[in-house]
Amino acid sequence: MANARGSSRRVFLKTVVAAGATGTVAGAQVANAAAPAEHLDLPPPKPSALPPNAQVAAAEVGQVPNAPEESRKPGSDFMVDVMKSLNFDYLLTNPASSVRSFHESLINYGGNKMPEMLTCMHEESAIGMAHGYFKITGKPIPVLVHGTVGLQHATMGIFNAWCDRVPIIVIGGNHLDAATRPPGVPTFHAAQDPNAIIRDFTKWDDQPVSLNHFAQSMVRAYRIAMTPPYEPVAISLDAGLQEVPYPKGEKLQIPKYVASAPPQADAAALREAAKLLAEAENPVIIADRAARTLAGMRLVTELAETLQAPVIDQLGRLNIATNHYLNQSARGRALIAQADVILGLELSDFWGTVNGYIDNEDNHGHGLQERGTKPSAKLISISATELLSKSNFQDFQRFQPVDIGMAGDAEASLPLLIEYIKSALPAGKKDALSQRAERMKKAWAENRARSIAAAGIAWDAQPISTARLCAEIWNQIKGEDWSMVSRDSFHSSWPTRLWPFDKYYQFIGASGGYGVGYGAPAAVGAALANRAFGRFSLNIQSDGDLMYAPGVLWTAAHHKIPLLNVMHNNRGYHQEVMHVQRMSNRHDRVANLGGGSVPVGTGIENPNIDYARLASSLGMWSAGPITDPKDLAPALKRAVEVVKSGEPALVDVVCQPR
Amino acid sequence: MTRSFLQFASLSFAVLVGSSLQATAADDTGHAQFLKYGCWQCHGTEGQGTSAGPKLAPEPLPYEAFSAFVRSSSRQMPPFREQVLPDQDLQAIHAYLSSRPPAVDVKKFIDP
Repeated sequence: MANARGSSRRVFLKTVVAAGATGTVAGAQVANAAAPAEHLDLPPPKPSALPPNAQVAAAEVGQVPNAPEESRKPGSDFMVDVMKSLNFDYLLTNPASSVRSFHESLINYGGNKMPEMLTCMHEESAIGMAHGYFKITGKPIPVLVHGTVGLQHATMGIFNAWCDRVPIIVIGGNHLDAATRPPGVPTFHAAQDPNAIIRDFTKWDDQPVSLNHFAQSMVRAYRIAMTPPYEPVAISLDAGLQEVPYPKGEKLQIPKYVASAPPQADAAALREAAKLLAEAENPVIIADRAARTLAGMRLVTELAETLQAPVIDQLGRLNIATNHYLNQSARGRALIAQADVILGLELSDFWGTVNGYIDNEDNHGHGLQERGTKPSAKLISISATELLSKSNFQDFQRFQPVDIGMAGDAEASLPLLIEYIKSALPAGKKDALSQRAERMKKAWAENRARSIAAAGIAWDAQPISTARLCAEIWNQIKGEDWSMVSRDSFHSSWPTRLWPFDKYYQFIGASGGYGVGYGAPAAVGAALANRAFGRFSLNIQSDGDLMYAPGVLWTAAHHKIPLLNVMHNNRGYHQEVMHVQRMSNRHDRVANLGGGSVPVGTGIENPNIDYARLASSLGMWSAGPITDPKDLAPALKRAVEVVKSGEPALVDVVCQPR
Repeated sequence: MTRSFLQFASLSFAVLVGSSLQATAADDTGHAQFLKYGCWQCHGTEGQGTSAGPKLAPEPLPYEAFSAFVRSSSRQMPPFREQVLPDQDLQAIHAYLSSRPPAVDVKKFIDP
C-alpha cells in the first residue's frame, strides 16, 4: 500500500511535469513547482476505518473504480498544489462530506502544511477567525465549508468581512452533477448555484468545472480579494472534480500570482484637494479604514503633521497613535463643527460623520437630524468602496454630497496627496502651523487628564467599572509586546483612551457589519496570527457575543493559541437593553424587568452563565466570576502567566454595562 | 465638665449616626430607583458615566436643572415623564447621586 501510494504520487508528479513541460505558457508555472518533495515517501497513515470496497466506493462516488493505477490521482491533489502556490499558512474548516476528497488531500498529500488545517466548531467562527487573522497579517486564510448548510452558517461572518473590507477565500463543497451525486444527504447539501446566497456581499465567485478552471479561478479569486477594496470571494468546489482521477496526460497549470497595484485617486483631484487643505484655517482629517498596513498608519501621521491638522480616528483600523498629539478623536464633533475643510479617508459613513442624528421623538418619531458642519465647509472624500457598490444590503449608508470625491484607495493615494500639500503650503503658513500644533498639544494633554480623572469615578464599584477593568489589564500587560484583538467601544473605549496604541497591530477595529458573534472568533484568529510574532494577545470579550459560538474557545485550546480573554460580563445584550428602555420612555411606560435587572428579553441572567466553567470545560485555563475589583489583579496576573506559557486563558469579570 | 463632655459626645454621636442612617436610607432608596428606572443602563450603576451616557455623579446638577432635563430632554436621552417616574422617586435618585463618593485619584496607577 505504501509503495503503491508513493509510486502513484511519483507517477502523478511525472505526469504533471511532462504536461507542464509541453504546456507551459508565459506567466504560468507547472503544478509540481509547489509540490512538497518531502511528502513523496510518507509512511502510510493508519486508517481510522476500513477502506471501502470497490462496490461501496463506486456507490459513493458514482465512478468506475477500475481506472489504471497511474491515472488514479484525485483532482483534489492538484487542488492542494494550487493552494500551496498561494502560500496559505492555515486553512479553517468544520469537516464536511462535500469536501472530503480535498480534506484528505490536504492532510495526506499536502502533509497538513501550508496550509495547516485548523478545526473549527462553527463555520461562522471559521470566517471570524479568518477575519481577525487578516487584520494582523494582511494575509487571507481560506475557509472550507460544507455545501449549502455550511455556507449558510458562514453567511453572517462573510457579511461582517464584506462590511469591514476584509478578504476571505471561501471554498464551499457542492455535488454539482445531479446524475452522479449520491442520493440523500449529499443531495440535500447540493445546490445549482450555492454562492447565490452570498453574492450580495462577496466581490467575486465561481464554480469551476475542470481542474485548470479551478487553478485559474483560485488565483483569480485571490487577486480580486487582495486588490483594494479588499473583500471576500467564494469558490464552489465540485465534489466530483475533487474525487475523480484526472485523465492521464492532462496538461495542468497553475497561473502565477502577481498582486495588482491598488487603485490610486486621480492626480488632478488630489492636487485640487491638496490646495484646499493647504489653505484651510481649520482642516480636519477623519480616518476610518484608511490605514491598511503599518505604512498606511505612518502616511496618515505624516499627512497630519504636514498640515498640523487634527485627526479623528474612527478606528475601523488604527490610523494614528492614540498618544500622538494630533489624535484628537475625543473632540470629534467640536472639531467637525469648526472645520473649513474636512478630508474623509475610507469612511464607512460620511453622512453620519458630518451630520448629527438624535434618536428621539422629533420628526414624527424618525429622530432629529442636524447638520454638523458649517454650511461653507468643503468636504473631500477618498474611498475605494466607491469602486464597488452593490444594491441590496445597505452598507453604503446615507448619501453624502462632497466637494471633491475620489474613487481610489486612500493609503495608495496619500503619498501623492502629501507631496502636493507640501508644494501647495503657502510660505507664510509656517507660524500658523506652529501655533496650530501648540493648540493641539495642549488639547491632547487636557483630554488625557480628563480621561484619567474620569477613570477614577466609581473605582471601587461593584459590578466592576470598565475603567477599572481596563486599567487593571493595562497594569498586567504593559510590559509585553501586546496586541488588543477586540473592539473597545463596548467598554466605553477605555483602552484607546488610556493605553498608548502606537503600533498598527495593537488594534484591529471591529466587525464591520455589527453582526454579533464576530468578537471571540476574530480574537482567536488574530491571536493565531500574533503567535508567529511572539506577541501577547488580549481580548476583552462581550458575554452575548461569546455565546453565539463558544466552541471557538475549544479551537484556541486545541491548537494552543495563546490569548488572554477577559470577559466583559454585563449579563445582558446591552445595546438592546438601552433600545427597549428608550422605547418604554417614548411610550410612557416603565420597562417590564420581569423580575430581573433589565427589560424582558434582553438579559443573560437567571441563571447567570459561569464563563470560567464553560472555558474550563473546553480545555482552557480560567478564573472567575470576579465581582470584587480587589480580586482582579491577582487573577489577571495568573492568567497572563498562562498565556505567556503558550496557552489561552479566560478570566470572567462581572462588569458595569459599558 | 466630664458630664458635659459626655453629653456633647453622645449628642454628636447621635447626630452622626442619624445622619449616616439617613444617608444610607437615601442611598438605598435612590439606588433602587436608579436601577428600577433604567438610569444605570447608560450612566453606570453609580452614575459615573459611560460611552452611552454622560457622568451624573459625583456632584450632579442642582435638582431643578436635573429634574428639568429628565422631564423634557430633547437630546439622546429619552425624557422620563412624571407618570413614569414620580417626583418622589426622582428626588431619591438625585439624593443617591449626590451621595456618591468623589473620584479616586488614579493617575499614578494609570500613568506612573
